[in-house]
Amino acid sequence: MKILVVDDERDVKLLFQQRFRKEIKSGALNFVFAFSGEDALSIMKTMEQKAVLILSDINMPGMSGLELLEQIRMNYEKPPPMVMMITAYGDEENRSTAKRLGADDFLTKPLDFALLKNILLNIV
Amino acid sequence: MILEPFVLLFIIWHIRKNLRLLLPNTHWNKKLIWAMIGIAILFILERTLPITIVTKWIWHLLILGIGYLIFRLPVLERMRTIIIAVLPLIIINIIKDLLKIIYLPLYEKVDNYLDFAIVFALAWMIAMLIRSNKQNKALKKERQKTLAEEERNKFISAQKEKLELIVEERTAEITKQKDELMHAFNELTNTQAQLIQSEKMASLGELTAGIAHEIQNPLNFVNNFSEVNTELIDELSEEVDKGNLDEVKTIAKNIKENEQKINHHGKRADAIVKGMLLHSRSSSGVKEPTDINALCDEYLRLAYHGLRAKDKSFNAKFETHFDEGIGKVKIIPQDIGRVILNLITNAFYVVDDKSSSAKASGETKYEPTVSISTKKVGKKVEIKVLDNGNGIPKKVLEKIFQPFFTTKPTGQGTGLGLSLSYDIVKAHGGELSVETKEGKETTFTIKLPIG
Repeated sequence: MKILVVDDERDVKLLFQQRFRKEIKSGALNFVFAFSGEDALSIMKTMEQKAVLILSDINMPGMSGLELLEQIRMNYEKPPPMVMMITAYGDEENRSTAKRLGADDFLTKPLDFALLKNILLNIV
Repeated sequence: MILEPFVLLFIIWHIRKNLRLLLPNTHWNKKLIWAMIGIAILFILERTLPITIVTKWIWHLLILGIGYLIFRLPVLERMRTIIIAVLPLIIINIIKDLLKIIYLPLYEKVDNYLDFAIVFALAWMIAMLIRSNKQNKALKKERQKTLAEEERNKFISAQKEKLELIVEERTAEITKQKDELMHAFNELTNTQAQLIQSEKMASLGELTAGIAHEIQNPLNFVNNFSEVNTELIDELSEEVDKGNLDEVKTIAKNIKENEQKINHHGKRADAIVKGMLLHSRSSSGVKEPTDINALCDEYLRLAYHGLRAKDKSFNAKFETHFDEGIGKVKIIPQDIGRVILNLITNAFYVVDDKSSSAKASGETKYEPTVSISTKKVGKKVEIKVLDNGNGIPKKVLEKIFQPFFTTKPTGQGTGLGLSLSYDIVKAHGGELSVETKEGKETTFTIKLPIG
């Protein structure tokens, strides 16, 4: 069950790999990482096993998370994949825009990894 | 001669008139009045009694006496003309009377000539009187003229005084206005200084939101990686107890990696804060060798996040094209940083504006983009900030570097950004210039000497 994580901060990859080391080791969760919206879209095309969930930051240079969301929903009107947006603290406006564009859920920064773990394990 | 008493009365009357003006002395007046009365009485007596022989001589002596007085007393100067007029006549009469008494035969001989002479004397008297009249008239005219002139002079000097008063008042007014102007000027200078400070604060404020965002990310990593490491250390303990050395080594490696990340992001946050402090501090004025690319990158990110924080719908693309072969450039980092920030902020503002209008009119193809590039050109470094906004119209282009000139709505811009930037670049011995294509794009270029 692949989970695509999109964030322009490169260390997010290491963080997820550390935070979910047990789950990754046991195979319960499987992550793929993209560092830009464009990257994410091209990875999605070439993935053999399609992603079940896409976790994306909103504030990214170039294509923003919201634009990515729009693009994903154009190609995949309904989940799968589920798309969850990571919003900054107190960012109400982006939240409502994301909802309108078809986001399935929201997480706020800084990420609560315990919560995230529960969510991911439930989905998968 | 009959004339003499009348002449006497006339003279004495005039003397009275003159003396009344010049010597307001009543006792002379009284005496003269008595004299006039005396003469009048004597005249009447002369008509009625045969005393002509005596009175004749009284008249002669009186006239001669008065004539003498008139010529001796400067106060009676005015009367001299009358005496001169009547004198020939009087003298001829006296001669006639004298001859009659002294030598009658001679008198009879010259009597005709004397009568002839009397005619001339009369003519002389009339001429003199006419002349004196004319003279008086002329004198009167003169006097009138002088009086008129005096009047005029008085008037003029009164006017002059009035004018001087007015001038004084005006001068006082002007001095007051000058003081007020000086005061206003000082206030303006202070206000200008305040405005420049507030422009700095405003640009600092724009940074703050961006900085807050920028710091959030590294702090996030610091917290998360340290939490992970705490867990890992527990696992490490377990594995040590179990004796799984390989596992221990792996975990230890992970812990170290994480610590390095913590360190890295901690330093990153530190740099961001330092950058902000640097920006807020007044310029040190000291040039230091600076990595221009890093400076541009830092301020680009700061500007971007700052604008994003302010306006959630803001989402422009940015590109960087850095010349890695530039090396360090000797500049005052806060100052040039401020310039770069200003240019980038302006560029983002413009493309965001165009993007909003495009969206409003339904156009979807517009991609707001700002790009910053650095290039070494000979002994200089060129920093270019390019935006694909609406370009700058010619009329505005002339004014953009002017202080307080802005195209933003009131309250949104101080209009000092470009003017300050221009001054800063100039102070570095560089050049700030702009190129634009109306409707398409604008490029601001900073040229700085490297050494």
